[in-house]
Amino acid sequence: MSLTLTLHTQPEVPLEAEAIIPERFEGMSAARIAATRLLYGNRGAALGDFFHVEGQADGELRVAGDCARIKRLGSAMSRGRLVIEGNVGMHLGAAMSGGEILVEGDAGDWVGVEMLGGRIVVKGNAGHLVGSAIRGGRVGVRGGEIIVHGSAGNEIGSSMRRGLIAVGGDAGDFTGVNMLAGTVVVLGRLGWRTGAGMKRGSIISTNPAEMLPTFSFACAYRPVALRLVLTHLRGLGLPVSDEQIAGRYRRWSGDAVEMNRGEVLLPDR
Amino acid sequence: MQINGVSIDDTYAEAFAMWGARVLITAETAKWALAAARAITGFATSVIGCKCEAGIERVVDVAHTPDGRPGIAVLLFAMDAEGLGKRLVERVGQCVMTCPTTACFNALEAEKTVVVGGALRYFGDGFQAAKLLDGRRFWRVPVMDGEFVVEERFGVQASVGGGNLLILGEDTAPTLAAAEAAVDAMRVPGVILPFPDGVVRSGSKVGSRYKSVMASTNDAYCPTLRAVTKATRLGAEVGCVLEIVIDGLDLAAVEEAMRRGLRAAAQPGICRISAGNYGGNLGQYKIDLRSLLGPT
Repeated sequence: MSLTLTLHTQPEVPLEAEAIIPERFEGMSAARIAATRLLYGNRGAALGDFFHVEGQADGELRVAGDCARIKRLGSAMSRGRLVIEGNVGMHLGAAMSGGEILVEGDAGDWVGVEMLGGRIVVKGNAGHLVGSAIRGGRVGVRGGEIIVHGSAGNEIGSSMRRGLIAVGGDAGDFTGVNMLAGTVVVLGRLGWRTGAGMKRGSIISTNPAEMLPTFSFACAYRPVALRLVLTHLRGLGLPVSDEQIAGRYRRWSGDAVEMNRGEVLLPDR
Repeated sequence: MQINGVSIDDTYAEAFAMWGARVLITAETAKWALAAARAITGFATSVIGCKCEAGIERVVDVAHTPDGRPGIAVLLFAMDAEGLGKRLVERVGQCVMTCPTTACFNALEAEKTVVVGGALRYFGDGFQAAKLLDGRRFWRVPVMDGEFVVEERFGVQASVGGGNLLILGEDTAPTLAAAEAAVDAMRVPGVILPFPDGVVRSGSKVGSRYKSVMASTNDAYCPTLRAVTKATRLGAEVGCVLEIVIDGLDLAAVEEAMRRGLRAAAQPGICRISAGNYGGNLGQYKIDLRSLLGPT
């Protein structure tokens, strides 16, 4: 049986739980795990003040209950699997470098902020700034994958340097703002000002979108690289059709206010 | 030992340690994938004169290619990993990148890898870009029909080259027929037959009476020389000898191909089936023909 933390007391203010990562609990007894220190508002608290601890650490850690007010779960994790059976709060998997996080509900803002590697899968919706840099930071995601099956908010992939972010539903405004490189895929609709300030990288949507005037139309073609990306996403469970994989896409180059080396691929229809 | 009345010589094929790679070529249609596969495996019959040996391994269905397009898997072999890397860069660059609509992927998981796409990307003159998926880096090189996608690194592994069968027939027609049947039977995974349609008629021995020639005709198996060379291993009934050379990603694959080839080549009009060796002094592997067939 994997280690399971079940929420028994709903925090009234955000609980900062960056200590809750699978690798931290390897070889620890339930009592020691329950004594793990967390930050509750501006005060310290024990993990056991909020969670029941069951099972033993075997590489997989399950967190049950509505964790919408619990922040920083899975921060800096480097291995193992973290399964969150409900919703989760902000900064999920911040700066994680390996392993996998699965959220069966919705996730708050800043999912995978400044992530280095590994994979985050959100079965529901995600908030703003998925896979972005923290405010004031110059570089966002440097590697890994963030897969959101539902929709996501504004500024996803902000300043990302490498990696893959995919959203099964719609995305808000400023998708891929200030991107340095990497790939953002939105299977639903894009909001306004997609790719503003991007230097390199790819933003892909399977729906038409309005482009900024600082992007230039290049051509309509069938990108083989897009086949790889979409086939990969279909393998991860996103609803990608054969037509989308083999389709013809319009390539927009931009942002001309920056290096003009980024691309936005939109369906040719 | 006999199969279908055809004598199997009590001898062995002497095979060599080589390094192998598997390249998967995809294209918009099967026709263009095959065109690139033929090009990359062209002029690659023998390391003696071509620096590598290559051939088409199999057709890969769209359900099993990374980009969902028709594919062809080809195998390339060279004497060392470094040389194989150079041949891959040359051949993928000149034969696959040049072919309309193609993409090129590594299809061999191996501990050792060589850089291929990572070298070819410079053709993009700074306009190239990369995509990293599941730990695999793919380069997108802009070309006139869109983009050439090529994987950065290709796996290479210690392999076996130079497995062989010699089919000794009474006349040309039955020997060709037996060789063709053997080739059809020998197309097993992990194996290629690098000579034209799998068959070679100019078998060679090491060295020559001419100092500058490193390999020369295998006079022991030339029917026209039976009366003039002491090395002859032919009886008067033999009028034609054809050889099938086998390269494989491992010894078991080479042996399986040879086993199938032995059985398929044992046809009417064939006098004996033998194998070429150098007295066991050069190759790392001795593949005994009778042992392949097991107790009968």
